Amino acid sequence: MRTRHTSAAFAFALLLLAAPADAESGSLRIESTWPSAAQIARVLMLRDHNTRVVIAGTALLGLACGTIGTFLLLRRRALMGDAISHATLPGIAAAFLVMTAAGGSGKYLPGLLLGALVSGGLGVAGVLLIRNLTRIREDAALGIVLSVFFGLGVALLGVIQKMERGSAAGLESFIYGKTASMLQSDALLIGACALVITLVCALLFKELTLLCFDQEFCAAQGRRVLLLDAVMMTLVIAVTVIGLQAVGLILIIAMLIIPPAAARFWTDRLAASVTLAAAFGALSGIVGAGLSALAPRLPAGAIIVLVATGLFVVSLVFGPARGVLSRLRDHLRLARTVARQNLLRTMYEAYERAPAGPHAGVSREELLARRSWSPPRLRAALRRAQRESLLWRNSQGAFELTVEGLIQARRTVRNHRLWELYLIHHADIAPSHVDRDADQLEHVLGARMVAELESLMAAAAPAAAVPPSPHDLPDPRR
Amino acid sequence: MPLAALNWNPALDNWIVVAGVLCAVACALPGTFLMLRRMSMMGDAISHAVLPGLAIAFLFAESRNSVAMFAGAAVVGVLTALLTQWVHRLGKVEESASMGVVFTALFALGLLLIVRAADHVDLDPGCVLYGAIELVPLDTVHLAGTDVPRAVVTLAAIVLLNVLFILAFYKELKISSFDPALATTLGIHAGLMHYLLMIIVAVTTVAAFESVGSILVIAMLIVPAATAHLLTDRLSITLLLAAAIAAAAAVLGHLGAIALPPLLGFEDTSTSGMMAVMVGALFALALLAAPRHGVVSRLLVRLGLTLRITEEDMLGVLYRLEESGRTGESQRIISLMRQARGAGPVLARAALADLRRRGEIGGRRESVALTERGRTRARGLVRSHRLWEAYLERHWNVAPQRVHTSAERLEHVRDESIQRRLAERTDHAEVDPHGSAIPQRHPPDPRQQRQ
Repeated sequence: MRTRHTSAAFAFALLLLAAPADAESGSLRIESTWPSAAQIARVLMLRDHNTRVVIAGTALLGLACGTIGTFLLLRRRALMGDAISHATLPGIAAAFLVMTAAGGSGKYLPGLLLGALVSGGLGVAGVLLIRNLTRIREDAALGIVLSVFFGLGVALLGVIQKMERGSAAGLESFIYGKTASMLQSDALLIGACALVITLVCALLFKELTLLCFDQEFCAAQGRRVLLLDAVMMTLVIAVTVIGLQAVGLILIIAMLIIPPAAARFWTDRLAASVTLAAAFGALSGIVGAGLSALAPRLPAGAIIVLVATGLFVVSLVFGPARGVLSRLRDHLRLARTVARQNLLRTMYEAYERAPAGPHAGVSREELLARRSWSPPRLRAALRRAQRESLLWRNSQGAFELTVEGLIQARRTVRNHRLWELYLIHHADIAPSHVDRDADQLEHVLGARMVAELESLMAAAAPAAAVPPSPHDLPDPRR
Repeated sequence: MPLAALNWNPALDNWIVVAGVLCAVACALPGTFLMLRRMSMMGDAISHAVLPGLAIAFLFAESRNSVAMFAGAAVVGVLTALLTQWVHRLGKVEESASMGVVFTALFALGLLLIVRAADHVDLDPGCVLYGAIELVPLDTVHLAGTDVPRAVVTLAAIVLLNVLFILAFYKELKISSFDPALATTLGIHAGLMHYLLMIIVAVTTVAAFESVGSILVIAMLIVPAATAHLLTDRLSITLLLAAAIAAAAAVLGHLGAIALPPLLGFEDTSTSGMMAVMVGALFALALLAAPRHGVVSRLLVRLGLTLRITEEDMLGVLYRLEESGRTGESQRIISLMRQARGAGPVLARAALADLRRRGEIGGRRESVALTERGRTRARGLVRSHRLWEAYLERHWNVAPQRVHTSAERLEHVRDESIQRRLAERTDHAEVDPHGSAIPQRHPPDPRQQRQ
């Protein structure tokens, strides 16, 4: 029962992305806890003021997190968000204590956020200090800071809970988030933060890029690495602190990591990556908040993160730049090229060995014996070469090269032998060993490299510039 | 210190401390291997990510069934490690980022499932995060004639399991942690060890969850191991120290939780939070004061080196002045000596005082002069400086007017064999590129000079 709800929620998320507003109510079973068509329509049309505020707030938060998260990811500090968000808790609790002791209300939001900002900053400083001053490595430094700071926060919360004045109720919302009860002022705060982050990232785009890709070069260009780093980490801490209330302490980490990681599958260009990450973040905010408006009992932060995860999985599989499918396709294409070239070369060498005059082609058994390949692989390569009309099968069932096949085979054999000669002359590899090395390299030779090899070999062994052709080549069409 | 003054209730507090110590030791042991494998954050990831495993186990078993819980946790623990690897390999995502993606996603899923499951089972995410170690003594089982808290029995079993695991696979864990490639060539399945460790971490996490909460689990997985790592280089000692530090932090944590807040006028506070704070304090102590890897001792070593170099520079200046027959202008000498290395007044004064203490310079405050002992050391230094100059000019084609700067740094490398080889490489040169004589290592005997 329960799992069906979750999967139904996923299906619904996809529908919400794809289908027009009136399409889905009929396709889903309506249960007592399940939203009615009217409710869905209300959410989709953004009729409730509250829904509008929540969706706008989470979208802006996603946007801000995606933007700055991209730089964080590139700087290999993805888990720094983890340490920062845990490190904010003692700041919040301490601010509460101080403000209560001063006689004010302990829940004055700017004060709490200031406390979070300070202790988040201390957390970052702690990680960097531990890492730079001792033999403790970064992973352990992160873990130390996050667990000890969080423990301190929990201890302080424990003190607060037993205090007589001022109840601690509400502080817990920083840990789990309270998306659904976001106020307009919260959304405005997030919006302001998002605006600042976008502006700073746009203004410092070149500097931040340098910082992330090549810190030493950045310093050599006369830029203040420490200052830039501080600006970047301040933005991360700010967005974490602001986002705590919206999605909670643990899930804000996800918002910093997942959209940027998803965007990287689609492009290798940084500007596009930042934009996409911001878009993914905003989209998960909108869809997640919309879904949770329909199911108010479920934690909204978790739904937002799961929507982002869905986007990540889709990107991981289908992303054109480094997605699994596109890499698989490249891999298969290369494997096919290698198989074709190996087949053509084997054919050509069989021709060379054959007695002069018209001959009866090369049988499959001979091809099989000439190279260590399995019968199914050879069969597949033969089938494909026939389809590409590089080979044809004569009346005796043997294989012969077509004109096109012969041209390609000559080129392949030539490349192979050029490499062999190059390796013998310039890399001091024994003639008996070059075949294997050349076998691996010949498939990746570009036109420029062949030209370079030719000029090199023309000087070293001019006779070898054209691969020897010891016999008259038969006309395969006859 | 009278425990009664702390409102120490033996029936309750003793068991709380026992549970805390057992949990801390259980975590510190596998945590040491996580740290060595640079996988500390995996402890964090797993302890967040087991949430859906727990929730699914609840949904299946419809109750808080321990066996189902352990199974669910072990499965999700390994799944976290596997998924992290897959996302890292398949997607070419940096490993820490892929960990971040996996554990936050699983945590979110767990939160959803738990809220759905909450209708049936009493389990809230707050309890998972901070635990309720204060309630440990209330839930007891009858064992060997007394009532023992259930959590203590579970945790003791986990400690035993972890100790046995480490004893059984000590060599394999050690080699595969330090050098996975070597482990593979020795016939140890490094991947298997990795996943076994992940299972152990997941099971430990779940056992500790109920009683102390996930945050203390993370603290005890990571911090005691890191603290021990600062104190020793030997693996076996690291393990023992980590366990001892974890146990000490647990005891101190409970004492702190009931003793510290009252000092400030508050009631007592969360024990598990305080345990994390205490282990953090122990780490900070080690960070500062560890004998070899601590910040203070490294600072001292560096200060000592700075002092030695400043002293040597000062001796060099005095020797050169003596060579050119200008002695006695002590104010000038002191200011020259300060300039020698741009040493500030404090450092210069410290170096002078130390030289005087060693009896290498003598004379009163106004007239500084080398003693015989100081002269010997200074001679060695100037010899080193000029040999380096000659060597640099001859073999590295450094222009004569530029060799001084490099020699100024290299002169402090005064290893006996290096000096000998420098002399050989320069054919026992007698003058440096500037034309100054290179002093001999053993000066001619004054008596022979007289003859």
